[in-house]
Amino acid sequence: MTGPRDATNQNQLMTQMESPPRPQSAAGPVVGKPIDRVDGQAKTSGQARFAAEYPYPGLAYAALVHSTVARGRVTGFDVAEAAAVPGVLTILTHENAPSMKPPPRATLTNGGMIVTGTTVNYLNTDEVHWNGQPVAVVVAETLEAAREAAGLVRVAYRESQATVDFATEEEHAVPLKGNPLQRGTARKGDAEAAFRVAPVSVDLRFTTPPLNHNAIEPHATTAVWDGDRLTVHEGTQGIAWLRAHLAARFGVPEASVRVISPFVGGAFGGKGPVWAGTLLTVLAARATGRPVRMMLTREGVYRTVGGRSPSIQRVALGAAADGRLTALIHTGVTGTGRVGGLPEAVTSPSGHLYAAPNILLRHSLVELDLLPNTFMRAPGEAPGTFALEAAMDELADKLGMDPITLRMRNEPETNPIDGKRFSHRLLREAYAYGAQRFGWADRTPEPGSMRDGRWLVGMGVATAHHGTMRFTANVTVRLSADGSVLVRCGLQEMGMGAATAQAQIAADALGVPFEAVRVEYGDSTLPTGPGAGASAQTVSVAASLLAACDKLRRKVRALGEGGSLAEILARAGRDHVEAAVGSQTRLGTLAGQAKFIAKFLRDHRRWVKAGCGAQFCEVRVDPDTGEIRVSRWLGVFDVGKVINAKTAASQLRGGIVMGIGMALSEETLVDPRTGRIMNPSLAEYHVPVHADIPPIDIHYLDEPDPTMPLGLLGLGEIGVTGVAAAIANAVHHATGKRVHDLPITLDKLL
Amino acid sequence: MRSFAYVRPPDVAAAVRAVAAEPDAKFLGGGTNLVDLMREGIERPGTVVDVTGLPLQQIEELPGGGVRIGALVRNSSLAAHRLIRTRYPMLAQAILSGASAQLRNMATVGGNLLQRTRCLYFYDGAAACNKREPGAGCAARDGFHRGGAILGASGACVATHPSDMCVALAALDAVVEAESVRGVRRIPLAGFHRLPGDTPHIETELAADELITAVELPASPVAAHSRYRKVRDRASYAFALVSVAAALEVRHGAVTGVRLALGGVAAKPWRASKAEQALLGAPATEESFRHAAEIELAPAEGLPGNAFKIELARRTIVATLRQVLTQGGAA
Ligand SMILES: Cc1cc2nc3c(=O)[nH]c(=O)nc-3n(C[C@H](O)[C@H](O)[C@H](O)COP(=O)(O)OP(=O)(O)OC[C@H]3O[C@@H](n4cnc5c(N)ncnc54)[C@H](O)[C@@H]3O)c2cc1C
Ligand code: SF4
Repeated sequence: MTGPRDATNQNQLMTQMESPPRPQSAAGPVVGKPIDRVDGQAKTSGQARFAAEYPYPGLAYAALVHSTVARGRVTGFDVAEAAAVPGVLTILTHENAPSMKPPPRATLTNGGMIVTGTTVNYLNTDEVHWNGQPVAVVVAETLEAAREAAGLVRVAYRESQATVDFATEEEHAVPLKGNPLQRGTARKGDAEAAFRVAPVSVDLRFTTPPLNHNAIEPHATTAVWDGDRLTVHEGTQGIAWLRAHLAARFGVPEASVRVISPFVGGAFGGKGPVWAGTLLTVLAARATGRPVRMMLTREGVYRTVGGRSPSIQRVALGAAADGRLTALIHTGVTGTGRVGGLPEAVTSPSGHLYAAPNILLRHSLVELDLLPNTFMRAPGEAPGTFALEAAMDELADKLGMDPITLRMRNEPETNPIDGKRFSHRLLREAYAYGAQRFGWADRTPEPGSMRDGRWLVGMGVATAHHGTMRFTANVTVRLSADGSVLVRCGLQEMGMGAATAQAQIAADALGVPFEAVRVEYGDSTLPTGPGAGASAQTVSVAASLLAACDKLRRKVRALGEGGSLAEILARAGRDHVEAAVGSQTRLGTLAGQAKFIAKFLRDHRRWVKAGCGAQFCEVRVDPDTGEIRVSRWLGVFDVGKVINAKTAASQLRGGIVMGIGMALSEETLVDPRTGRIMNPSLAEYHVPVHADIPPIDIHYLDEPDPTMPLGLLGLGEIGVTGVAAAIANAVHHATGKRVHDLPITLDKLL
Repeated sequence: MRSFAYVRPPDVAAAVRAVAAEPDAKFLGGGTNLVDLMREGIERPGTVVDVTGLPLQQIEELPGGGVRIGALVRNSSLAAHRLIRTRYPMLAQAILSGASAQLRNMATVGGNLLQRTRCLYFYDGAAACNKREPGAGCAARDGFHRGGAILGASGACVATHPSDMCVALAALDAVVEAESVRGVRRIPLAGFHRLPGDTPHIETELAADELITAVELPASPVAAHSRYRKVRDRASYAFALVSVAAALEVRHGAVTGVRLALGGVAAKPWRASKAEQALLGAPATEESFRHAAEIELAPAEGLPGNAFKIELARRTIVATLRQVLTQGGAA
């Protein structure tokens, strides 16, 4: 039912229907308005309940024991001291833990396995695959006892040779094979040859460090078994994925597993996969027969939840004297774990951004004995745009050309790497508007030429880019005779205002006031929602919701005519009418997915769908100390139609904040001798603080994408892209120094 | 964290008795450092003697213009106090540049003096650290040591003392007053913290059973023209890579009074006495400042990950002195 083709048709229907029956409410349509999020008050007043806040009688607490070696086997435990801590119920190790099934291989339709964080079958093996891997779990009557005892478990290992230093493994990198969605190597023309004869060129090497997830809510799980039925409270980006994964790992039917996740305290990709903490809480609950809760310590998040892979990238650009690119080479090396992880597609933006006749993209991987990497806001495109967009700035410099002019000169008509059509692309408009709004014309090109008192001032730009995805989503909509509307979908609210946006869409689609709509979400008993990943949740749900609303309208219209839908219902003597999109049966789900994937691939061959934008920033650099302060920011984005002006701007702004951290201060310190993360805390891993963030001006063009439901493109991730390059470029403008290695700390400017 | 006994004595005599009686007892101030270290299992006291109920909360003017600060005065209160802001602006600024508002509201003067290093390996029980476990080795030396010392380090330990407040106290010739069952004694701040040598686990001259009761600041007219400059990896809420407390008095173009101390560079707040000597009587020029900085930093030694701090310290000294000269004291 929910194939994209249907949805596209619905979308057209939707647009046709817009003229006659507009909502009667004085406020008029609400899509696009800066509506306050529906869960705002619940959160600010502490009423919103997060995964670690559900009370259960007899609740026990669990804590992890982490390996202190990178690779080897556990040869024994000494738990005497730990077991003696008052309140300890049990200490689970591979010697006594209940069994758990290893994760089967992921397939396109097997969502539960796509979210396998690592392939390690925790506490069912004596093998150690990274420094920090959980090797035991303590369950106790109190949190304090569990954590104290966890610190007292002594573990003996037989260590084996481990490969943990990304930098020195570069030479052993293996080219990525790739798949239809992510190619390892892509070429057009002969880029190396064109590069060699280019009149003007740059050939640069960039590095980006590993980064860790730091959502405000550390990963937390409360797990309760009742016979073979399992209830899990968890902050997750994918309740359906998690349910499927747990069912498979613990050998129970999916229907026996309920995942409840109404609020997630930030996720950014880190709560997409299923990590050790979740599995081991469920395992501990099974072993003890008690409800068990585990909230990871901040250190626990660093040791068990993957982050962003480091990268080494080469960008070589050749151009004619007029700035037209003749060659674009972007190669990258990233890391994965030996027990999982994914290729961080750093070269991907270079297939989309510039009209070079010769392009070569190549991605290689090194496998390390480290905690596998995972999704982090704009995987690939965040570090990839850093290298590409900093290189473009350097080329502009060499050409003596304004960096925006250079970009516009190379703005493509079709997707550069393969000639596919853009569904939509307003990058020119974004730059034109941004340059004017930011005062780009005031920039004097000479590095070091702008000052404010003792500060050196620099201005920089870079392009933001992020592809748009869609998943299937099941939705039901119910209209009651009193005019209220209930939307039900197992979507995830990680703070982005997901439910608010859907309520706005339903309100307009059914012609009811925003306040009349309630959205139920965050529970696996609801119609299966999409995962909240790849910036795809809002658009995926919107597509199905629009279809469901359309169905509903038709159902109501069949009952009578004249007046509002609710009035028709009332006249017909009906209490309510409901419409559903998507099947909840196993077969129906598979059929829906197969149809969706077929359509998706067809669509993918035809169109390139992506948001883009122009990031403008101003920095100040202290000439004595090299301290960098970002003093002004403007992001102008082409992200299709915006549903909620307020929450959308917050998403984009949040991405920029994250990008500022990536540019200036964030770095996971992995000791190259031991593979151990040495700064697993918010004191030593420097996310930006308020004082690091200037006012951030957000503007979006609000042009609907003609191929997407309601004209929506994903906007959750694009904000972070281009940020690091814009800053690096501004730092160069301020100081004349090019820093190619993130983060741009002050020592690199001394 | 290990279970512990908790006592909250009403007076100083009871407090020092309580700690003298229990070999593994610890005083508890604001707890912002001790409790953290207990959670990490690095400190494991059997008894915690909470001293925040003791009557050591006053800031008093001393005859002659000095100030006496009770050991339990909270960092926020100290930074906000009129006497401190007007007579010792560098001290107020140093405190305000540290930690966060919430932490400063909790942190006490005594606890701040005794806060322990932020060396990453000191914090990780799985790593070799001579400070935690004498003789175990020092993982920081060949590992991450961005925060590490460039002055006074040893083969055994390259950690730094992380306090900002103490840098200003060092520049101001503060005196620490301590009391134990054996009586009261006064320890000049300059000699309070120790360089690591072969015994990095011994960090101060204070005995384990001694309670800090007060810190005294002598009168110091030059201190009214002073600043604290902290250079770090983000704009706030980070420890100093290098910090400088500087006071300067200039008459007829020549330096007639100067106080200079550095933070983030050594296991103790580093009083830059050599630089001070070089500056006294010299013309108050950029050149003199640079010369003085060079003299002070001549013995500095860097490791691969922190050698940049030598140049950074040089520049920060010059920039801070320049700022005091051209813009005066309190920011
Ligand atoms: C995230 C974070 C960031 C920080 N950033 C900074 C920074 O940028 N700059 C900075 O300077 N500091 C910083 N701090 C450290 C902070 O200043 C100290 O933790 C604080 O000053 C300690 O004071 P307290 O009263 O809480 O000490 P406690 O934690 O109570 O005690 C610390 C030590 O002092 C002992 N002690 C306490 N009072 C007495 C006494 N009267 N007599 C004898 N012994 C005593 C305790 O036994 C313990 O060993 C930061 C701390 C944190 C957690
Ligand atoms: S520098 Fe000092 S504190 Fe750090 S690991 Fe070495 S001995 Fe321990």
